[in-house]
Amino acid sequence: MDPLRQSPSPSSSRASSPRTLPCEMLGYVGIEAVLDQLKIKAMKMGFEFNIMVVGQSGLGKSTMVNTLFKSKMWKSTMLGLGVPTPQTLQLQSVTHVIEESGVKLKLTVTDTPGFGDQINNDKCWDPILGYINEQYEQYLQEEILITRQRHIPDTRVHCCVYFVPPTGHCLRPLDIEFLQRLCRTVNVVPVIARADSLTIEEREAFRHRVIWAPGTSLGSVGVWRGGECTGGLRSPVCGPQIQENLKTHGIEVYPQKCLDEDVNDKVLNSKIRERIPFAVVGADREHIVNGRCVLGRKTKWGIIEVENMAHCEFPLLRDLLIRSHLQDLKDITHNVHYENYRIFRLNESHVLPRGPGWVNLAPAPASVPAPAGPQATPGPPKVCRWAKDNSDEEF
Amino acid sequence: MATKTAHMSPQVFDNEEKQKKETTRSLAMSGHVGFESLPDQLVNRSIQQGFCFNILCVGETGIGKSTLIDTLFNTNFEDHESSHFYPHVRLKAQTYELQESNVRLKLTIVNTVGFGDQINKEESYQPIVDYIDAQFEAYLQEELKIKRSLFNYHDSRIHVCLYFISPTGHSLKTLDLLTMKSLDSKVNIIPVIAKADAISKTELQKFKVKLMSELVSNGVQIYQFPTDDETIAKINASMNGHLPFAVVGSMDEVKVGNKMVKARQYPWGIVQVENENHCDFVKLREMLICTNMEDLRDETHTRHYELYRRRKLEETGLTDTGPENKPLSLQETYEAKRHEFYGERQRKEEEMKQLFVQRVKEKEAVLKEAERELQAKFEHLKRVHQEEKLRLEEKRRLLEEEIIAFSKKKATSEIYQNQPFMTPGGNVRKDKDRKNSSFM
Repeated sequence: MDPLRQSPSPSSSRASSPRTLPCEMLGYVGIEAVLDQLKIKAMKMGFEFNIMVVGQSGLGKSTMVNTLFKSKMWKSTMLGLGVPTPQTLQLQSVTHVIEESGVKLKLTVTDTPGFGDQINNDKCWDPILGYINEQYEQYLQEEILITRQRHIPDTRVHCCVYFVPPTGHCLRPLDIEFLQRLCRTVNVVPVIARADSLTIEEREAFRHRVIWAPGTSLGSVGVWRGGECTGGLRSPVCGPQIQENLKTHGIEVYPQKCLDEDVNDKVLNSKIRERIPFAVVGADREHIVNGRCVLGRKTKWGIIEVENMAHCEFPLLRDLLIRSHLQDLKDITHNVHYENYRIFRLNESHVLPRGPGWVNLAPAPASVPAPAGPQATPGPPKVCRWAKDNSDEEF
Repeated sequence: MATKTAHMSPQVFDNEEKQKKETTRSLAMSGHVGFESLPDQLVNRSIQQGFCFNILCVGETGIGKSTLIDTLFNTNFEDHESSHFYPHVRLKAQTYELQESNVRLKLTIVNTVGFGDQINKEESYQPIVDYIDAQFEAYLQEELKIKRSLFNYHDSRIHVCLYFISPTGHSLKTLDLLTMKSLDSKVNIIPVIAKADAISKTELQKFKVKLMSELVSNGVQIYQFPTDDETIAKINASMNGHLPFAVVGSMDEVKVGNKMVKARQYPWGIVQVENENHCDFVKLREMLICTNMEDLRDETHTRHYELYRRRKLEETGLTDTGPENKPLSLQETYEAKRHEFYGERQRKEEEMKQLFVQRVKEKEAVLKEAERELQAKFEHLKRVHQEEKLRLEEKRRLLEEEIIAFSKKKATSEIYQNQPFMTPGGNVRKDKDRKNSSFM
């Protein structure tokens, strides 16, 4: 179990649960009505969700967002001939309020046009990291005010969807660098974009290891019928594939293995982890197939249905992001990533030498070196010492 | 056609204008996305985490606090009767874990022991206020830590205070008024009339009206059930009118009709706890647990705790706005304070050091002085000794000379005595010579 999520820190002995006595109730009291109360409160307040899409241009990010939320978030960007590609990475955010069955969701989507488009892509992740940290900083500043708002507006990025181009080989150095840095600051969900250019076998190979045989656990995964998988490899691949890549470089994408709480979580999440990264296709046009109106891409050799599990894994992505793990994404952002950022920021101001004038704390540096992952903590002795100082001096 | 284009252009213009605005706007979706499961996701997470509810019961000893809690939660919490002879008011907290279907509740009951028993009741309400503040303090400490775990933290802040009023039928006691006044800004107070089977219906009505008017006229803010959500606004509003609830608590079962109900049996009748005509117990349970538990917790966290936090932080001199009304971050002001304190500490250290050095110097001077004096004395004594010694030597010498002279004299006198036995003549001359020589 991850120490950060489970056991309280040793200095919080006051906060540990008191000795509890389990009691049997002799009849119905009505405690479970609190669930309804929760629901009513949640519906009244509404929900917030912030998602960021990162990837090179032309991978279908805007289309994917439109497909996910079934509405025109943006006009699909199609740069004309005369328009120059953006020289630097710019981040664009757009916010919408969507409602379904009485549930209001304030959705903010941040796009990153220009990512990885230049010739020299060195440090192209810095603006993105800066933006994410800026949101954390805003929340932190709101939280440490003396008179704070009843409900602090949450602009922190809850999920970052990273679009991997469908090369069929392995993750590129740019991908690896980016993922390594970002997975420690934000929940990253990598997807294989434009997956309609890969065949089913190529997809599997891209995703999993090089050699596998029928009868292994891979063959029995969910929807994929054994016949298609075990038909032998048509394109034996030469290098390690994405999951191995991720493992080799220590990249923990969402759902993070170290944050699984109990057996149910583990089972559910390992199923998801098997399918990461999802091979998705985005489309916002509707076509008629077999008398039904479906979202899809029409090509000369057929219509690729976006919502058909046999064609692409878009439904899995949608379910993960919206239907089952949205709250979990927000929780992990709040409890793990934001806390890491906070620890880092609060420590930073005391690592600096105590001079006659203190360092201006207001602007957070754009390229904050990503704090250590969910397991490690920066400088525990300093933390403990400061916490003790804090309690002595202030109160 | 012309009119159509004329109509088109302002519409297009409007759209463009709308798109220029970057503010949030509603978007219509063309299909089912599926986030209506969001409240369920939230609920599932809460179920996993479990709930926490803390009740504080304030009332005199023997007024029926423990019995009422037992009845409310339909269990027998292990507890024995408390004595009336405690010198001070103490608070006793017990935590229980209850489970109903898939909801786990960590219930903490805090009882005041010895409230209203002392002869001098001036100090009665202070321990209660201190206890509530201590729970807020613990939460604040946890929140201000660098490495904190708020999602794991066992929330011990009091969510509701049930204040038990004794059924005199007249008015509020002074102690009750004072206690409620000091608690109303720190916790949600729900006043209840305990042992309501001691009052008749007509008296009860008058009593309730009197109580409420007293509370209002003294400015005591009791908890009002929220009326802003349509689903529960009506019922809450009507319940607000029934405050304070007149309750009867009992875990004993009595057969009424052909059912076993919780009741108190008297020779003149049976008071049924769950009968709305007999007492307001059902209303209390409904309001406390089924309808407003979440709101009570919310109020505690967003109003009472924030007030405490603001007061506490302002006490230490931290403000949100700096000297020129520019917003200062808490961090900065804290750093400033810290530097201030550090500087002051340095200064004090310096002062102490200097003081120490000075004292040492003085002491040294004094000691030196003493040393010199002693030295002088020593010299003086030595000189005196020397002189004495010389004198004594002198005396001894003289004495010795005298002794020698005397011994010589003695010797000559002895010889002279022996003279008559020697030859006369020549010896006389020799004797005379000898005598003369000895006298010279």
